[in-house]
Amino acid sequence: MNKPLRRIAIFCGLLVLALLIRDNWLQYVKADSLREDPKNRRVLIARYATPRGDIIVGGNPITGYAETTSGDFKYKRTYKDGAMWAPVTGFVSQAYGANQLESIEDGILTGTDDRLFFRNTLDMITGKENKGGNIVTTLNAAAQKAAYNGLKAQGAKGAVAAIEPSTGKILALASYPSYDPGTIAGGSTSDAEAWKKLQKKNNPDDPMLNRALREVYPPGSTFKVVTAAAALENGLYTDADAPTKTPLPWTMPGTTTVLKNEGNIPCKNATLRVALQYSCNTVFGKVGSDLGNDKMLEEAKKFGFTEEQFTPVRTSASVFSDDMAPSEVALSSIGQFNTAATPLQMAMVASAVANDGTLMKPYMVDELQTHNLDALETTTPEEMSKPLSAENAEILQSMMETVVEDGTGTNARIDGVKVGGKTGTAQHGVDNSENPYAWFISYAKLSDNSSPVAVAVVIEDEDAVRGDISGGGLAAPIAKKVMEAVINSKK
Amino acid sequence: MSSTTNSPTHHTSTIGAIGAPSRRNTELALLVFAVVIPVFAYANVGLAIDDEVPAGLLSYGLGLGLLAGVGHLAVRKFAPYADPLLLPLATLLNGLGLVAIWRLDQSKLLQQIGQAGGKATNQLIYTAMGIALLVAVLIFLKDHRTLQRYTYISMAGALVLLLLPLVPGLGADITYGAKIWIQVGSFTIQPGEFAKIVLAIFFAGYLMVKRDALALASRRFMGLYLPRGRDLGPIIVVWMISILILVFETDLGTSLLFFGMFVIMLYVATERTSWIVFGLLMSAAGAVGVASFEPHVKTRVQAWLDPMREYTLSQEGVRDGVVHSEQAMQALWAFGSGGTLGTGWGQGHSELIRFAANSDFILATFGEELGLAGVMAILLIYGLIVERGVRTALAARDPFGKLLAIGLSGAFALQVFVVAGGVMGLIPLTGMTMPFLAYGGSSVIANWALIGVLIRISDTARRPAPAPAPNPDAEMTQVVRPS
Repeated sequence: MNKPLRRIAIFCGLLVLALLIRDNWLQYVKADSLREDPKNRRVLIARYATPRGDIIVGGNPITGYAETTSGDFKYKRTYKDGAMWAPVTGFVSQAYGANQLESIEDGILTGTDDRLFFRNTLDMITGKENKGGNIVTTLNAAAQKAAYNGLKAQGAKGAVAAIEPSTGKILALASYPSYDPGTIAGGSTSDAEAWKKLQKKNNPDDPMLNRALREVYPPGSTFKVVTAAAALENGLYTDADAPTKTPLPWTMPGTTTVLKNEGNIPCKNATLRVALQYSCNTVFGKVGSDLGNDKMLEEAKKFGFTEEQFTPVRTSASVFSDDMAPSEVALSSIGQFNTAATPLQMAMVASAVANDGTLMKPYMVDELQTHNLDALETTTPEEMSKPLSAENAEILQSMMETVVEDGTGTNARIDGVKVGGKTGTAQHGVDNSENPYAWFISYAKLSDNSSPVAVAVVIEDEDAVRGDISGGGLAAPIAKKVMEAVINSKK
Repeated sequence: MSSTTNSPTHHTSTIGAIGAPSRRNTELALLVFAVVIPVFAYANVGLAIDDEVPAGLLSYGLGLGLLAGVGHLAVRKFAPYADPLLLPLATLLNGLGLVAIWRLDQSKLLQQIGQAGGKATNQLIYTAMGIALLVAVLIFLKDHRTLQRYTYISMAGALVLLLLPLVPGLGADITYGAKIWIQVGSFTIQPGEFAKIVLAIFFAGYLMVKRDALALASRRFMGLYLPRGRDLGPIIVVWMISILILVFETDLGTSLLFFGMFVIMLYVATERTSWIVFGLLMSAAGAVGVASFEPHVKTRVQAWLDPMREYTLSQEGVRDGVVHSEQAMQALWAFGSGGTLGTGWGQGHSELIRFAANSDFILATFGEELGLAGVMAILLIYGLIVERGVRTALAARDPFGKLLAIGLSGAFALQVFVVAGGVMGLIPLTGMTMPFLAYGGSSVIANWALIGVLIRISDTARRPAPAPAPNPDAEMTQVVRPS
């Protein structure tokens, strides 16, 4: 009986060998892919096992962390003035993941980024607690506060974006109504309830929408700045003060429809300056249809239209259509028809004009740091395009300054500061049945001719009386407060 | 094969151990390691989880040491020539199992779902009962050949044990679908663990009597010895019972274990390779046949082929008549996250397996916290236990002892393969437990009894008896083969 016994011994040996081989396959060959599988909860446990790094504005963190009392995730995110900063930070939640800056820079914030490897190893050796790195943003706390409080005081849906024209640094990004990401940071039932309440289907106000970056609105008359730039750049007009030979009434080419102006304003044969000052639809409609679709689109693209921007948080792409009939180009050129822009896009338009025609790439992350404040990566300002020559930019500046000094934008005047701006009142809804959007874009110039801030404000007001809505009335005061906040913080 | 008991004549069934030392002191020295290693592991868990040496360290160490000591003294007194490795190896596994169970007791998650908390204390009590049974076996089973008398009683007993979970009111459906438990008062018992031993006694007794008929009366066909139709009876009966277990208790593991054990013993008894071929064909046919229509078994097979899909279904709460379980995928993640060296005791997250984390899936905890190195060591310890069992079978002087020893070691090896293979995703998952490591009274007690029987056989085999009871069987039934 011993021969079969020996064979059985070999068989048992083979069984053990098969297990050993399988174990090596699992724990050596496949170990990394199993360990890093995003569905493996250990990935999340590790992610919340160390305090998350902070997002910093002006030297002060706008985030923090707290130890949770239940569950297997140790730390959760906390936010200071969460609702005000939500469009900047996004959220990070133990139950619902993360978005925007919290998601994009997750590697630095959690400390798993390869660039932190050396630091982490050093901490491990010296026995220090591992902590994520910090994100230093370009934002300006005073400007952000002015923007958010301004929107909140209006009580209507709206958004503000502010940029430093010379660098592209984003100074303010506000959206209202907003939400406090701290309420959904944990994994408890109260977080789940808060999350449910914030969803668009349960909350028509859609508070989690980042209106400053992710919502496109018809820009209305503020788009006339782009149209004016196209007119100057393409040599259609070279002088702000020469008559444009625009008839009144002006019938859109290929149609029998007369393009109307708002009220009885001096638009007949008006100069570009006067046309911008009074916001003449006829003049800029004609400019658009004279230039044609291609040239208008080309200029709009130079300002950043039709492309998503990465700040690094992605923005929606602003719209200027292709293949339009001349009448549609005319409507598009006064910010109607298909034209739509994010608030950040319109702030970029104002900033390019203020920065003597050069558009800087907008960004909100100034520096990535280790948790003990050593810089890992610093963002350097980057030129994005040149939509205007310096001369034409100067002409456009003087036109926009007239708007604020003596036109529709007088509400944005600041003593001792040159402010250029443009109002807008965009229609929307079928047959303009819904309340218009009130727009204001502007920039400020100091006495040394430097421009510290360009800003765009949009307010969608459902409750206000229709006639009251105008960019100058609702949006300009907020823009003014934001500009003042930036100027004061520079002093 | 064996350095001390080698015999040049391979076809004689007796391998003498005359003059061999008893090796009791070797066993004692090894037992010290088998107690000290788990004690260190226990301290390690406490330090990792609470930053302090656990308060129960002394009582745990003393408890395990006491049990090992009692086992050793019993062997020294009642089986002085027994194999010196079996007791220390089983003690080491049992001790490590206790540590892992205690470590999972600390998991808040498992405490919340009632899968942990005080389980280590229970397991220590079960271990004490197991050692008590081992001692009882050594005291009352003076000679394993007395078991031969109970061949047919064993058969009846095994059938009763196997069918108990199907008795209405007694069967407890507490694990995912597999009905291999019975409920007595507040206790749940897995009778299959005990049936394993009883069935091995029956097979050994039966085959010892019938092996000549099974081996010799056969026709040769294509190089294989085909048994006569009527000799096929027993294997078909066992096969049918295995299939019934598979269908009604929906447990692939138990079914495979019993059929595999029978085929191994049949092969050893008859030395006919044809039985292996028949056995493989029949088990393959049975497994494939049942897996294709029994929904629970089918789900297990699907979970094996695509654990991620099964995990997703369970997360989505899909209800389509069968229970979808995330366990298979969670176990794979636990192994993968352990990597080569593991996270260290107490620092893994194998509690994510939730249900049965400390029983059927306990190997995953070792995989995560001790890594590839730890699991390989544990698999090799199992391999060594099996090797000692096979060596006992080789050394046994009587055919009944040989068959019983190989049956028990073969079943042990199959069980380790089926459970570890299932947890590691090598084969479909079944509802059995890792011997000695896993939480569960039936498993621990039955496996200590199994070790007891092996120790008894090895003692008889290695005893330098001046005159071993003349057993004419051993010499007279030698199969003379044309070679």
